[in-house]
Amino acid sequence: MKTLPDLESSRALISPAEAMPPDRLRTLQDERLRAVVRRAYETVEVYRRKWSEAGVSPEDIHGVEDLPRLPFITKDDFREAYPFGMFSAPLSEIVEIHASSGTTGKPTVVGYTRADIEIWGEVMGRTLAAGGVTSNDIVQNSYGYGLFTGGLGAHYGAARIGAAVVPTSAGNTKRQLQVMEDFGTTALCCTPSYAIVLGETGREMGINFEALPLRVGFHGAEPWSESMRQEIERSLCIRALDIYGLSEVIGPGVAYECLAQSGLHIAEDHFFPEIINPTTLEHVLEGAHGELVFTTLTKTGLPLIRYRTRDITYFIPGQCKCGRTLRRMAKVSGRTDDMLIIRGVNVFPSQIEQVLGAVEGTEPHYQLVIDRQPGRLDEVELWVEVSEDVISDEVRRMEALEMKILKELESMLGLSIKVRLVEPKSIARSEGKAKRIVDRRDLGI
Amino acid sequence: MKVSQITVFLENKKGRLAEVTEALASRGVNIRAASIADTIDYGLLRLIVSDPVQARQALAEAGFSASETEVLAVEVEDRPGGLASIIRCLADAGINIEYLYAFVGKSGEKAIVVLRSEDTERAREVLQKNNVTLLTGEQVHRL
Repeated sequence: MKTLPDLESSRALISPAEAMPPDRLRTLQDERLRAVVRRAYETVEVYRRKWSEAGVSPEDIHGVEDLPRLPFITKDDFREAYPFGMFSAPLSEIVEIHASSGTTGKPTVVGYTRADIEIWGEVMGRTLAAGGVTSNDIVQNSYGYGLFTGGLGAHYGAARIGAAVVPTSAGNTKRQLQVMEDFGTTALCCTPSYAIVLGETGREMGINFEALPLRVGFHGAEPWSESMRQEIERSLCIRALDIYGLSEVIGPGVAYECLAQSGLHIAEDHFFPEIINPTTLEHVLEGAHGELVFTTLTKTGLPLIRYRTRDITYFIPGQCKCGRTLRRMAKVSGRTDDMLIIRGVNVFPSQIEQVLGAVEGTEPHYQLVIDRQPGRLDEVELWVEVSEDVISDEVRRMEALEMKILKELESMLGLSIKVRLVEPKSIARSEGKAKRIVDRRDLGI
Repeated sequence: MKVSQITVFLENKKGRLAEVTEALASRGVNIRAASIADTIDYGLLRLIVSDPVQARQALAEAGFSASETEVLAVEVEDRPGGLASIIRCLADAGINIEYLYAFVGKSGEKAIVVLRSEDTERAREVLQKNNVTLLTGEQVHRL
């Protein structure tokens, strides 16, 4: 049996910032909040406008206790400020720009200063250290490198702690496995569904994971269940840890599991969390489910003050046995909007409507069917009702229509979706409104 | 009158073809010829019927999506090389054929070939110049 990392062996890797006494942490948060609130007010128009409307000024905010006095911001604010209106630093100080899905058309754009990249490296470095990764490790990073924050975020974290990063990026499974085997990868970063694909494909190739030095995996960017964790751990012979993040806040590294595997520690010294009732917008009672809201305390490129993530979770009461004092949140259990996460890509039904609206001859009635077969990546089919105007007597014209929709979707979402034309009125309607999303994935959450 | 072909979009579902044909029968529409272009998910049923107007109504009432296209119907001698000579003159004129299908007329002596080309007007001209017998809509629909 190979030795897997355990809590004891990773204790020495806890950084002082993760184990601060609660009152010292609070003082630090208050101090940092005052500075970021001032900065946001002085440099970002949306904050100035919203706070003036609410009759609050930066002087009224003395610490995190006063946060409820400030209005929330949402993805819509990013859309209105597209592309750079949320930035609080001049472009000369911005060193990197990423983007994720917006609710319609325009993506959500985030900018980082050099200091922000340092913070990102710090929190992702902690994330990896929480799984026992040190400078002696070889980290294979199979998150996609690109506009998506997963790839570079994990990269900066591994670089920060001095591990050797192998930037394989996403895809080309057989090459991934060859690298894993030949290089002796010890830590893996990828989406949970891709971890399962790696396990399945590896077994087909005759790889004995028990004999590989691979021992820990960091999986996030999409919802996954406890049973998927068990499957990944069994299949790859590793410890599988959950990581949480969103590009608006910084990317991966906002919260991370330690080897106790009992909730995700929030990097509270950088990102202050609140959990609200999405209807009343007030704080829920400690331990109750609600929508996660973040305020970034240290970022200078794009400070977020009370950003509604739409992710549903709860604070886990008490302190973790690992020794970190950072508050823990439970695995995200759902969304307060209709966003879907498919193969790690955020998809809003409104984006699909926009594509169909622009392609001539398609009816606005569609159904998105998402399925996940064991050991496979999510499969997505978009069923589109055709109108009489586009019915051609020639198959190639119908196929051209399918291809057009597919290409448009791919360019908007960065996701390849199989398009299937169906007869008019064939999509089940409930009270006149078609059921747009059929999610057959058993996410167990 | 032009020769009109009706195309019905059919998902690959059990009983759909039966429902189409029954819908047409209930309106007294006779099917002269039929051909299906099939794909994995759906089929395109192409029909030459006795009454295209009635057929469109019957299909719409039964909830089918259909469209109408003009095709050419040519009379072909029922002998070896009958079709070949027709295709040859189109090929020599550089006109591509998208698809064709054949049925036998009332007399039983000659075959009728329904032909869809990329350019119906040019195909018509070429065929006429080569003395190929083109049937009118009346002749085809009211056989």
